[in-house]
Amino acid sequence: MKLHGIHVPHRKNTADSAPVRLAPPKTVAIPMSMHIGKPAKVIVKRGDEVKVGTKIGEADGFVSSPIHSSVSGKVQKVDEITIMNGMKVPCVLIDSDGEQTPDEALAPPAVSDYQSFVDAVRDSGSVGLGGAGFPTHVKLTVKDLSQVQEVVINAAECEPYITSDTRTMLDKSDYIQKGIELLRKYLGVQKFIIGIENNKPAAIAKMQALAQSVPGMTVMALPSIYPQGGEKVLVYNTTGKLIPKGGLPLHVGVIVLNVTTLAFIAEYMETGMPLVEKCITVDGSAIKTPKNVIVPIGTPVADLIEMVGGTKEEPAKALYGGPMMGIAIPSLDSPVMKNTNAIIVMGKKEATPPKTTPCISCGMCVNHCPLRLDPREIALAYKKNAPEDLELLHVDLCMECGCCAYICPAHRPLVQTNKLSKAVLRNYQNAKKEEK
Amino acid sequence: MNKLISTVSPHFSTKRDTTHIMLDVILALCPAAIASVLLFGWRALLVIAVCVGTCVLSEFLFEKLCKRENTISDLSAVVTGMLLAFNLPVTIPVWQAVIGSVVAIIVVKQLFGGIGQNFANPAITARIIMLVAFSGEMTRWVNPVGGFFDEVSAVTGATPLVAMSKGLPLPSYLDLLLGKHGGSLGETCALALILGGLYLLIRRVITWHIPVAFIGTVALMSLVCGQDVLGQLLSGGLMLGAFFMATDYATTPNTKWGKIIFGVGCGLITVLIRFWGNYPEGVSYSILLMNILTPYISRLTRSKPLIGGAKS
Ligand code: SF4
Ligand code: SF4
Repeated sequence: MKLHGIHVPHRKNTADSAPVRLAPPKTVAIPMSMHIGKPAKVIVKRGDEVKVGTKIGEADGFVSSPIHSSVSGKVQKVDEITIMNGMKVPCVLIDSDGEQTPDEALAPPAVSDYQSFVDAVRDSGSVGLGGAGFPTHVKLTVKDLSQVQEVVINAAECEPYITSDTRTMLDKSDYIQKGIELLRKYLGVQKFIIGIENNKPAAIAKMQALAQSVPGMTVMALPSIYPQGGEKVLVYNTTGKLIPKGGLPLHVGVIVLNVTTLAFIAEYMETGMPLVEKCITVDGSAIKTPKNVIVPIGTPVADLIEMVGGTKEEPAKALYGGPMMGIAIPSLDSPVMKNTNAIIVMGKKEATPPKTTPCISCGMCVNHCPLRLDPREIALAYKKNAPEDLELLHVDLCMECGCCAYICPAHRPLVQTNKLSKAVLRNYQNAKKEEK
Repeated sequence: MNKLISTVSPHFSTKRDTTHIMLDVILALCPAAIASVLLFGWRALLVIAVCVGTCVLSEFLFEKLCKRENTISDLSAVVTGMLLAFNLPVTIPVWQAVIGSVVAIIVVKQLFGGIGQNFANPAITARIIMLVAFSGEMTRWVNPVGGFFDEVSAVTGATPLVAMSKGLPLPSYLDLLLGKHGGSLGETCALALILGGLYLLIRRVITWHIPVAFIGTVALMSLVCGQDVLGQLLSGGLMLGAFFMATDYATTPNTKWGKIIFGVGCGLITVLIRFWGNYPEGVSYSILLMNILTPYISRLTRSKPLIGGAKS
């Protein structure tokens, strides 16, 4: 069986752009929630001196992640910020002294066994850097390690524009190797598959060379068919295993790690410097000179755009991440976050959504959905407000990859309808549970 | 700073919208349109123009009247007009062509909700209605001698299918391929239709399933029934039907197996009518009948979401 997908323009303009480290902005704004799970608790107050790597937020519970200062300087205030899902979370504003002095207390963690390894990963503040922002230590926490048959390293980078993972492979292959060795040592995994879309020949060559000296490592060049890097799609295409609905890769014996996350973990084990900066791709039709840059987490998007050389037209839309699954940034004051791998700034033409016309029942949405959902039927069921139908149509399986909406010749807002339908179904199922 | 646009992902979409797709269909119909003029003379162009013009105008006026959003720019009415014209004899009186076009757009398409909502193919349904209403005019076939190949002389000719059913001699295969025989103005030149069909396949407007299943079934059944296989394939409305009318989005199944069932069904009904029915031609009826069955076929062949095994 082959999973469907779509051909999207690649626009990997920045693949050859080696990342440049930018000077810190005057002020960074670091939200306490840059991950899936509970927001971290602020442990600094106004006027506190902090250095690069000083912990400013404590993980709150297991599914959470600590947060560290990305600059040296003084805490200006603890504010509030509205994040993606509309939730308000605390946000620490720090005035940078421009020195970027690292915290003296930082030291490589002492790791001796599985538990101390996972603890160290947690202390590093690592979250899924490919976009989702799921805390890495949660992913690595496995009750029975013999369950894990293989690790799939996600280096597909299937979104248009983005090349930050490509740069990790080209620039940090030694850390990828060290990361694999760490997983081998502490998780006992022997099989590592790195999946890369075949539009990155340089990265594939580099990884193939690496695989020569890393036992158990396989490089899989995958067709450049979006969403190759979607977790379900990638696991299926690399291992042949289908993650069940509502399940995790672990249910089929797999752990999936983004390649940049893996390299970061290895780097942290060596330096002890937690996650305070990100390599991101800055591109889009409004950006004058698209580039890869390394910036402190919390850098306001407006400062970032300025530092890469500004815009050539008025920004009409800006995105965290790529154009297929990225999230529209509410305002240019919003900061770069842990899971930001790209900032795409679009001019008016690129940003204006096309006009929606009536559905012509072409079935292209169905025939391109990787999970074989029927977005057209879902839209009908949503319109009828029929949660029973939505349940039968398995709308809760939808990963919001956007293939259906991209390919729809009528430009129907199918992902939006799916999101709303999921909410309808959730309410219905919750109500049903309560009745019982 | 002005406000940023904030919409749900994806922030990116294909440029291939409905109009593009319809434009591709129109392009694919052009070889057959040109062939019809070469074969039957300028009157063919007149009939095409009347049908296209009436279809577009009816859609425009009807939507205006019902205060519906105007959809003529999606060009689907142009496609319907061309297809209907292709299904008419070149001698059709203009007023009948006008009525047929109005029926196609208003009765079959718009009254069912407009593009994407109609259950039956507008061009085919209109043709069948016309066949009942104007049976004399609709079956007055001329041999293509009014065209550019021969001197003008209106000879009433039998279509090859009629010839076959009466045991009369068939035109040569080459003439069948080139369309030099009696029939509707756009259906005779198999070569032009096949070219158009290939274009649709290459542009991925249609997939191979329906045409292959349809034509394949007719070929196989002709073979089994001891008929002239090539003769059956190249005559009547088979190529026009299989590539252009049985592949209409709204009125046919969308899934792979649904399409195959649909195509096989069309093929079976076509040969049933051709070999044993009272009419010499069955392509239109077969497509209309299968249109009616489409909701059931779709339900049977629904895409199965990949929910995977149980969580262990
Ligand atoms: S967004 Fe959902 S329904 Fe649409 S293609 Fe992706 S998984 Fe399928
Ligand atoms: S792709 Fe768009 S137009 Fe085609 S069936 Fe799906 S929703 Fe309708």
